[in-house]
Amino acid sequence: MVRSITKGSRFRVSFLSWWLVWSLLHGMVINSYGAGVLQSTVDSILCNLLLAAACLLIANNMKYYLPQQERYWYMLIMGLVLSALWLVITRTILKLFFHADATYMQLLANSSAVRFMLSFLIVGCMAVMSQLWYTLQEQQEANRRKEEAEQMTKDAELLKLRQQLQPHFLFNSLNSISALAGSQPEKARHMIQQLSDFLRGTLTRDERQWVTLEDEFRHLQLYLDIEKVRFGQRLQTDIRVSEQASKLHIPSLLLQPVVENAIKFGLYDTTGEVLITITALEKEDQLQVSISNPFDEATAVNTQGTGFGLASIRRRLFLLFARHDLLQASGTDHIFTTTLLIPQYQYESDHH
Amino acid sequence: MKAIIIDDELLARGIVREYLQQYPDIEIVQECGDGFEGLKAIQQHRPDLVFLDIQMPKITGFEMLELVEQPPAVIFTTAFEEYAIKAFEAHAIDYLLKPFSKDRFDKAIQKWKQQNPDERKTETDKLLQSADLQPSRNRIVLKDNGKIKIIPAATIQYLEAADDYVKIHTAEGVFLKNRTMSFFEQNLDTQNFIRIHRSYLINIQLITRIEPYEKETQLAVLSIGVKLPVSKAGYTRLKTILGI
Repeated sequence: MVRSITKGSRFRVSFLSWWLVWSLLHGMVINSYGAGVLQSTVDSILCNLLLAAACLLIANNMKYYLPQQERYWYMLIMGLVLSALWLVITRTILKLFFHADATYMQLLANSSAVRFMLSFLIVGCMAVMSQLWYTLQEQQEANRRKEEAEQMTKDAELLKLRQQLQPHFLFNSLNSISALAGSQPEKARHMIQQLSDFLRGTLTRDERQWVTLEDEFRHLQLYLDIEKVRFGQRLQTDIRVSEQASKLHIPSLLLQPVVENAIKFGLYDTTGEVLITITALEKEDQLQVSISNPFDEATAVNTQGTGFGLASIRRRLFLLFARHDLLQASGTDHIFTTTLLIPQYQYESDHH
Repeated sequence: MKAIIIDDELLARGIVREYLQQYPDIEIVQECGDGFEGLKAIQQHRPDLVFLDIQMPKITGFEMLELVEQPPAVIFTTAFEEYAIKAFEAHAIDYLLKPFSKDRFDKAIQKWKQQNPDERKTETDKLLQSADLQPSRNRIVLKDNGKIKIIPAATIQYLEAADDYVKIHTAEGVFLKNRTMSFFEQNLDTQNFIRIHRSYLINIQLITRIEPYEKETQLAVLSIGVKLPVSKAGYTRLKTILGI
């Protein structure tokens, strides 16, 4: 969110002092043209209070995004409208107060044009200043996000080895192979093949690259197959992908940590068989993938949604789409479900 | 001699079984897939040796061992290097990092055979008391009326020393575990649990206010309506953690 120009003590102090000085000058000028002290003071306070209010109004309104072209029209029209309104209101009130003072009434009538011009100038200045401020803020924000995204990519490279190729997963898989080598050498060889394919896939994939869901699921299947050798009957999977969904695109390696998370909590939070369900479908031009696992509500309070796996996915989604609502996690009735929404416009704009 | 293998992976149990074939004097009385079964089997068979995995469903190997009254000799089999090495080196009980070779396995068995039974027992006890071998805890596992109970740390209100036991106060009721206060002090997350007194360890989320009591002591008032004494040292700790 862009910070408003009117927030902050520096703005308040300078804004207030500027208006004090300006009001003093205003009073002095009116006074020098023959208005009484009371008239000059009331005139100055009333006019400048209202004008300051108009400035605050325009400064706050500039915060809301408008395309560049329309901004200038908006500034011009708002300046004219606010100044005209301001002139009518101040004149009406001042007339009400001082209609008996003929000299002052004359002065008020003569100065209308000057007043209008000054007011338009001040409101215009304020608008231009706000415009500059907000543009700068937006730029800083954009830069910050860009830097962060670059940093994340770097971190991701490192994490890829450490996280995707979780050492535990690797060592436990090797242990299974070691066990199979004695009794069922054919199966051991097969598992070595699966593990190599999976490792190669993980190492060569680029996290910035988009792949089809079909492709991502092929990689995921290798992982699931290996886990199934390790955990045997305990681990069951049910994967349902609609035909349209399998053709949609997804940033590569996005799903695996979520599935890993589901398997981990499913296997270590419950005893007995664990069914991991993965469904993917197309929903309003977006790809929706849901992954669910059983969990124990009584003991799982610490792990829900805070696991490192999910936090990093949430972060990645934010950096890709600048949205926080793409990952939903909920646990009801002993089933924990993580749902990812992947908008397709990012892929389309990158590739067309 | 009797042995039990506890591991949630069938193939991992298989490799221990295979390696043990060369030791006719060691009989595998049972194989278990999780800590619950493991605990039952240990109590039933009173084995001489247990091969124990650490990360298993529901409760870890460490947590299971805590619930055994007279722990048998244990050889850990784990892929988790991070909490194995330190503790086992210190206490000379063996651990096998998966995947392990036959040679390494044989060495572990030799080591176990050379230890006399009394020595083994004290080593296992020492192992369980040492705090730094376990990952930072976010729960306590105990036996309540013969059933295994898992208490998430967030639901603990406070702990109270009671002779050889510690009373664990939760919204559900009070539970007992035969460990020392310092065991919990070292094991529970220090950002959330603080020893305010020799006899009390409290969940700092529940503190509503601290009022002066007698000379040099204070009272901590918890949101559940309990008032607990705060010692001088406890007050210093409390001030540091609360930043006052």
